[in-house]
This record gives sequence, structure tokens and C-alpha cells, in this order.
Amino acid sequence: MTPNLLDIVELRKHFPIGRRSQLHAVDDVSFEIARGESVGLVGESGCGKSTLVRLITRMLDPTAGDIVFGGRNIGFIPARKFAETQFRPKIQMVFQDPTDSLNPRYTAFDTIAEPLRLLAKVKDYGELHARVFAAALQTGLPEELLMRFPHQLSGGQKARVGIARAIALRPELLILDEPTAALDVSVQATILKLLAELRSTLGMSYLFVSHDLNVVRMLCDRVIVMYLGKVVEQGPTEAVFRSPAHPYTAALIRAIPSIGGRPGDREVLSGEPRSPVDPDPKVCRFFGRCPKQVDRCRTERPLLREVGEKHRAACHFPQVEPEA
Amino acid sequence: MNAEAPLLSVKDYSLEFRTRSGTVHALEDVSIEVARGETVGIVGESGSGKSVLSFGILRILDAAADVRAGAISFAGMDMLAAKESALQQVRGREIAMIFQNPRTALNPIRKIGRQIEDVLRTHTSTLQADLKKKAIECLAQVRITDPERRYSAYPFELSGGQCQRVMIALALACNPSLLIADEPTTGLDVTTQAAIMELVSELARERSMATILITHDLALASEYCDRIVVMHAGHVVESAPTARLFERPRHPYTARLIASTPSPEVEIDSLASIPGNLPDLRRNDLPKCRFHARCDRAVAQCTVGPLPEATFEPGHRVRCFNPLAYTAP
Repeated sequence: MTPNLLDIVELRKHFPIGRRSQLHAVDDVSFEIARGESVGLVGESGCGKSTLVRLITRMLDPTAGDIVFGGRNIGFIPARKFAETQFRPKIQMVFQDPTDSLNPRYTAFDTIAEPLRLLAKVKDYGELHARVFAAALQTGLPEELLMRFPHQLSGGQKARVGIARAIALRPELLILDEPTAALDVSVQATILKLLAELRSTLGMSYLFVSHDLNVVRMLCDRVIVMYLGKVVEQGPTEAVFRSPAHPYTAALIRAIPSIGGRPGDREVLSGEPRSPVDPDPKVCRFFGRCPKQVDRCRTERPLLREVGEKHRAACHFPQVEPEA
Repeated sequence: MNAEAPLLSVKDYSLEFRTRSGTVHALEDVSIEVARGETVGIVGESGSGKSVLSFGILRILDAAADVRAGAISFAGMDMLAAKESALQQVRGREIAMIFQNPRTALNPIRKIGRQIEDVLRTHTSTLQADLKKKAIECLAQVRITDPERRYSAYPFELSGGQCQRVMIALALACNPSLLIADEPTTGLDVTTQAAIMELVSELARERSMATILITHDLALASEYCDRIVVMHAGHVVESAPTARLFERPRHPYTARLIASTPSPEVEIDSLASIPGNLPDLRRNDLPKCRFHARCDRAVAQCTVGPLPEATFEPGHRVRCFNPLAYTAP
């Protein structure tokens, strides 16, 4: 078996709150991403998705745990030194809002060229020019738009600039944070197709953060579901969507509106998540909102366990996959 | 007034904005009707005029706006001719609105209970002594847990979903007969979205309140609306009862919009997109059909017009020169 591109081992990030308390943003999270694989990360706001992404991109230092990238543990490199290492160009990111994540005073060309200048140390203008144009070509950005500023571009074009900037360095891992959330459905499809195509032509791995489950389903091989800093379920996309094992995953999937669907058919998840500050280690994080909860969920926190092939869930009463 | 008259009727409404870079033809010949207790969805891409239409209904438009033609009547009142003082009686009391981003729409430095009291004081005859009790009742109605304690919370202390509940409490405090919800769940999690939409539709049903749901999410509109109005570049291109619209869309734009909405059944390869962008609405030579440059069914007349309106079934209206045809079942 070839080694994974990324192995996250019991990664933890706690933020101190006041003198005594700790906010458990990411709590003993483990997963792996194989080379060329596309993994979806889903969960509500506040579940720790963004903290996890900032740990992997090494903008935050973990409290404990390992981040093994291409066989090397990069979790120990201090965040402020990380930009100088050989790993920075290999992990790139596409941000959520293409308007907010582009410098309004940079042309599209400058934006795409910046990482090439700073990280790949491209000095020669001819080479810079060639590589920017190549990235623009790959992302379907017409050459004549390269001299434009963000306010002169449409939403879809800005999204392409953001993607071109990220792939210009030929990263091995591309982290996409809700790349289509700010786009209209009419352009969303073209951007999704572009991302699918880039992955197969450039052989990158994706970590796709989103709360649009329909989009995750189309683009990802595997899904990781987080709830309050913990992974509650992970498995092949097909299996997770067909038979979600954790009641939270099931509720998430049921909550997606669909054309012709009837809202009356679904039970709505009530209540608010528990506090992430000093959570009781014995209580299931989903306790209080879970339709299946019993007393045991308050005295013994469920651990991730197998519910199907490569499909795991952290629940005492998982919906077990039906035999095929 | 006869019983059949709709609660809200917008007829041939055209709106322009004068800007330094030219006149923006924001809305042209827009007609919609909303009956009492009915939920109507307005869908379309950003820039199609959905929000500006709702501002036009409430007459809270920017000073640069210029109503070129049309009529808006609400419960028998001529909204375009009404005096500002009369409008203030309608806004908030008869027509309430909830906005997209609840956190920015609430006053960040005022306790949420106080903000509800402000509405009650302005629009109802609630006695000063009863204000607090009534405000807490409003919070309880939108199912905010522990309303007595939340009464003294500031918006930053609440989650996005709770802020939106407060917005709904504010909007419904005076029992309006029409609620305009402008993208009420954008930016919220799917689970929260489901809870908020359930709440809105349940409260609307209880009070037989009419609702206009403005959204770009066709799937969401399909679940909660009785009728859907599709807008594109300032035109209403199609309007139909919900089931009808999804079964037999007649306008090419509607059909493409439906095909580009991700759903559990479609694979990425069969997901459609709509080429091109909205036309520049500052142009003075806008084609009659503003979709024609993006349309795969465009014919020669599309640019010369006048834009025809065809009625297929009762209540299914389409503005297209070459609408999709279906063979009789």
C-alpha cells in the first residue's frame, strides 16, 4: 500500500478561555487522505472545521497530535516558520468568498503571480508570465481578463482567479473552503466541473470543506462529519449518504431541501449544540439534541467504531449498513 | 372590495436607477400577485431584481430610484400614491420584512428584548407596563429557549440561528398580514435552515399570513412555496404553481435553473450551467428578452419584441417567444 499523502493523528487544539477553561475546538481528530483522493469535511458552523483547516495549513499550532504530510511530521514546525519550509507550496487553499479573498488592488495576473514570486522564487519575468498564463489556461480564465482588477470580474471569474492562484504552485494538497458558497447556481456547476477536472489532470488531493452536502456528494470519494470538535462519522461518500450511521449525519442529510421534497417529512434537529468549553469527557457531544439518546450516552462517550467497510461512526446505537 | 382581490398586487412595475455611469433599468413590467395566506417564492440569480422589488413594494428605495410605470396595491391601498405617514403605518405593522444577515440587521448595542419593545411601542398600543411581558412572549413564540434570560442578551451573544429567530420575532410582533423574507436562511447551517423555515411556515399558517420568500435556492422554494415567480435581469420570466413549475417549466431559463441545482439524483457530469452573465442593465438598447444572449432556444424575434405573455394553465404565465413545448399526456 502506498503511504498516504496526509495522516492526521489524534490532532487536538484547545484554546484557553480565561484562566481555567479550555475551548475544545478540535479534539483528538484522526483521519487520512490518500494521494489523489478527495475528502469532504462537513459539519455545522462552530464544529471545528475551520480550526482543523488552519492546523493543517499550519497557520495555527496544535495543542497535541501529529500532522504527517508526505511521510514527514509537520505538526512540530512552528506556524510562523512554516512559510519558509518546502511544505508551504505543497499545501494550498481556495477560500470561500472570491471577492473578499482577492486583493482589490492587484490585477488577476498579480494575484496569481504572487505565490510564484514568494514561494517558488520565480524571478525571471518570462517564466513568471508563462506560468501565470498556464494557470489561467488550466482554470479557463481568458487571457484578456488577466489585467483586470477584482471589481471588473464576475463572481465566476473571481472564483477562477482564486483557483488559479492556488494551483499555480502545483500543490499536492488543495484545501477548498466552501469554494462555491458565494456563487449562483448557474455558475456553480462550471466551477465544480473545473475542480473535478483539475483533480484528475493534476493528480491533487482535495480536502473539501462545505456544508452543501449535495456538492460534497458529487465531488468527494470520502466524507468526514464533525460535530463539536469530534469526528462523529467517516466513510465512503456513497455509503454515508445511502445509510448514515450517526443520528447527526442522518439529520444533516434529511435537512437538505430537494426539489419536490416535502418539509413535513423530516424531523427538525432541535436545540443548540452543547458548549465546546470544557466538555464533560463522559458525555456524548451530541447529547441533548439526539433523537436516540438514552442514559448511557451521558455516562459513556461513544468512540468511533466500524459500521461497514471503511465506514465508522461514534454512536452507541449506529444505523448499521444493510448487507449488500 | 371583492373577496377575490389579492392582498398584494404589483402591476407592470418598472423601476430605474440614475447613476453616474448611466441609467440602470432594474425592473421592467414586473407583475406579481400574492393572495392572503399564500406563500410565494421569488427566485433568480443575484442581480435579477428580487430584493429591489421587495424594497419597491415597501417604498424603501434609494433616492436615485425612479419608478417609471406601474401600480402597487396592498390591501386596497395604492402604495405608490400613499403619503409617507400612511406608509409608516403599513411598514412593520402590515408588511414586515426579515433580512438576509440577521447579525447586521439587529442593533448590536441594544438588548434584543429592548429591540422588540421598540417595535411594540411604535406600532401597537401595548401599555408601557406590559411591554416586557409581551416582548418575552414574542421570544417564546419563535422558540427561543429561556426567553426571560435571552431578553437581556445582546446579538453577539446569540448564534446565527438564534439571531434569525429574533428577527422573526421582531417581524411578527405586530401580526403583519404579509411577511417578506429576503434570503432568510442564507449563511445558516442546513439544520438551522430547516428549523427556521419550519418556524416561518408554521407561524404563517397559524396566522394565515401571506409570505414572499426571496431565495436563490430553488429546492428551498419548492418545499415551502405555493407558487413560484422566476426573475431574470429585472423581468419576471415565468410564474406558476410550484408543482407545475418543476414538472413543466416553460421558460428556457427556468428549465436551466432547475437542471443546474445539485440534488442527490444528479451526477456532476449532467449538472447544467447557464452560459454567460446577466446583461449590463445600464444599456439603453437592452433586447426585449434579456435572456436571449444566454438562451439556446433564441429566435429572431427575441431582440425585437414586444415580449409576449403566454398563459398555459390557469396561473402558469410565461414571457418567452419560444417557450418549451410538451406533448399532451
